[in-house]
Amino acid sequence: MSTVAEHTIEHVHRDDIGSRLGMWLFLFTELILFGGMFIVYAVYRYTYQSEFHLAAKELNTSIGTLNTLILLTSSLTIVLSIVAIRKNNKFLSVFLQIVTMVLAVGFLINKYFEWNIKIHHGLFPGSEILLGKGNGEVIFFGLYYVMTGLHALHVMIGFILIEVMTGYTIKGRINSTNYVRLEAAGLYWHLVDIIWIFLFPLFYLIT
Amino acid sequence: MSQDHLEHTVEHKPTYGIYILVWLVLMMLTGVTVAVAGINFGNITVATALTIAVIKSYLVLTFFMHLKTETATFKLFVGVALLFLLISIALLFTDYSFL
Amino acid sequence: MQNNGHSVSYLDYKGKHSGILGWILSTDHKRIGLLYLMSALLFFAVGVSLGFLIRLELIAPGRTIMDPQTYNSLFTLHGIIMIFLFVIPGIPAVFGNFFLPILIGAKDVAFPRLNLLSWWLYILGALLAVISVFLPGGPADTGWTFYIPYSIRSATNVMPALIAAFILGFSSILTGLNFIVTIHRMRAPGMNFFRMPLFAWSLYATAWVQILATPIIGITLLLVTIERLFGVGIFDPALGGDPVLYQHLFWIYSHPAVYIMILPAMGVITEIIPVFSHRTIFGYKFIAFSSLAIALFGSMVWAHHMFTVGMSDTAQFIFSLLTFIVAIPSAIKVFNWVATLYKGSISTDAPLLYALGFIFLFSIGGFTGLIQGALSVNMHIHDTSFIVAHFHYVMFGGTGFGIFAALHYWFPKMVGKMYNMKTAKVGFWVLFVGFNTLYFPMFVMGWLGMPRRYYDYLPEFHIYHLLSTIGSWILITGLLIMAVNFIKALRSKTTYTVINPWGGETLEWTVPNKPPLENFDVIPTVYTAPYEYKDNEEVLSESEILTKEDN
Repeated sequence: MSTVAEHTIEHVHRDDIGSRLGMWLFLFTELILFGGMFIVYAVYRYTYQSEFHLAAKELNTSIGTLNTLILLTSSLTIVLSIVAIRKNNKFLSVFLQIVTMVLAVGFLINKYFEWNIKIHHGLFPGSEILLGKGNGEVIFFGLYYVMTGLHALHVMIGFILIEVMTGYTIKGRINSTNYVRLEAAGLYWHLVDIIWIFLFPLFYLIT
Repeated sequence: MSQDHLEHTVEHKPTYGIYILVWLVLMMLTGVTVAVAGINFGNITVATALTIAVIKSYLVLTFFMHLKTETATFKLFVGVALLFLLISIALLFTDYSFL
Repeated sequence: MQNNGHSVSYLDYKGKHSGILGWILSTDHKRIGLLYLMSALLFFAVGVSLGFLIRLELIAPGRTIMDPQTYNSLFTLHGIIMIFLFVIPGIPAVFGNFFLPILIGAKDVAFPRLNLLSWWLYILGALLAVISVFLPGGPADTGWTFYIPYSIRSATNVMPALIAAFILGFSSILTGLNFIVTIHRMRAPGMNFFRMPLFAWSLYATAWVQILATPIIGITLLLVTIERLFGVGIFDPALGGDPVLYQHLFWIYSHPAVYIMILPAMGVITEIIPVFSHRTIFGYKFIAFSSLAIALFGSMVWAHHMFTVGMSDTAQFIFSLLTFIVAIPSAIKVFNWVATLYKGSISTDAPLLYALGFIFLFSIGGFTGLIQGALSVNMHIHDTSFIVAHFHYVMFGGTGFGIFAALHYWFPKMVGKMYNMKTAKVGFWVLFVGFNTLYFPMFVMGWLGMPRRYYDYLPEFHIYHLLSTIGSWILITGLLIMAVNFIKALRSKTTYTVINPWGGETLEWTVPNKPPLENFDVIPTVYTAPYEYKDNEEVLSESEILTKEDN
């Protein structure tokens, strides 16, 4: 009497289009998560137009612009890393992924300094100085911290994702015939970029 | 069902050039946004900034995210998601824009 | 997948892990479906117990068995548990997971590991919700709707409840994501979209709502959590925030959520009606498209929960209009079900009884929804028992009965056992009588002015509350009869090997009971639409009626 056959499923189902489709669907949830925040922003901007205008002056347009350029460039480097691996240029692909990660860190460092300056000036949720200002300004800064904070969290998540992909690329698990995972990480990263593309003008450029 | 695992529809030979070109356009558009913001046209400034943001997003979606070379299903999906967001915003504002 | 020429059932299959690990680490969609079933039924039992206690308190005016604070926490928990842990996942995560791949001729879902993660997140969220009851501060007392400003001010464990709901949202999203990719990418050869069973269509429409609507409540609850922690002022009126904005955001998800609840149930009914009428479904394409229409329009009516908060007249008019419009695709389904039954060869087995019960109860719920959608009427019945009756008719009489119908329909396929049909029918009738006795009086007293979520009430409402509480006892008896019936069947030593007891024509009735791991030895090629029933006599003679000794 033979034992019950111990089977592992040998044929691992691979479907790159399905994988990309799944990633896009996940991106929709992120899009709508931030979309909800943009809705909140829109309502309060409409309600407190002049106070938003006033509060936005506290923000540093230069750092904001620099961060925009950093993220746009990082989007370039990640998509170029995919081209590189498709052309079987493993070294270049890894290099470009690392550059992407460096740029991500640069973004986060800028954000750290930005927040630090504001907190130093007493402009943070619950602070006396902020509570002394009008309601619209309180909400502006509330939205600022929450939205850029949530975004920064996603930058960190994207960083980790790309780091994992870099590891896979080095080990050859991502290669010229199997790179859908890198594409998926790239898609996530581009969404992080797109969110910032909207955050930037809405917070920094409304003075 | 999944005969060709890779199936990047049109893009058989990937090139670097197009992405660098798109990146340059994105950089330039950012510059325009910042410049316009300095000039206070009131609501037009906001509209301009948002329009440029939409164009930049379109470029990222179409080229960097390869939406251009994916099948119609992907494009339909993106459309549905955006439609949901837009309808929600529009309906919500019926409460705020009117008395 | 063979052993001595016989495929091993998914229950007996031995993979990498054994024992309990073989279940909680399994990526087999059938096992995950059962994991969901067992957990969901457990939470349903908890929810029912809470309901029982609430009704006990309300049997007479004044205090009966608890103080007002406890009462507030009980109805909050009852709502959270029933909605997030039972009704929302009930059909998609249980029967969708188990049967979607089989119905479309696939071996599993597109992302089996994500599927398992979805269940783990469900358990994590559920545990957090349960723990929140016992942490210092006591369970949340805000109502499951967490309205501002009380949800910011209440000293109870609102945050764990919010975070639990957030996590549960992720579970729902992953299920929806999985189903969309599965349906797009893994249909069997020859199965185009219009040859898919309509249950699959309903899951597809539901999945889109799960993906698009859930993140809104994710961000909303996150914002309330942040508000409680840091006082950012986003909703807090004391800091300039807008409590009505919270309500908008909350309902932008929570209304579509009810379509997440009802669409799969409608899908189940659409599967059952043709089989038990031995007739093809009337209006396949209308039913398929009406599912999409419900998903679309259902996303545009949310503010009908807010007609009394002071919205603009324009908004109220638009949302009322859209609320009337969304009833149309639902009505189309009811017409099509009835048209299918008409002149059919009806077998009045338990699955059909529950399906008919669904149609009756959901119709009442749907009509009363229209009543509520009328602005002038809404002013009088908002926040009364009328609303409570309405949503129990649609969520419990609708989805709940849909779940029971699905259980009775697919039980033999899932576990290879059969329940006692007579007992099942008795259980149905007791449940049906109990249900209406419990909830119909709420329509009347709500109309007469009885507020909802009230701990105490005026003597003039006593008779209705008394009747309602007695109804709850009858209902619970019906549930117990059903439960005992299933448990006896599960414990029976007799294996039920009839693979198509009802004469169904969809793919799950072609595979063995307790299907093998990969469902099909050979992926079928599909040539026809489902429920064709070309030859009624042939079909009727092939299906065997159970005559086993043990029952």
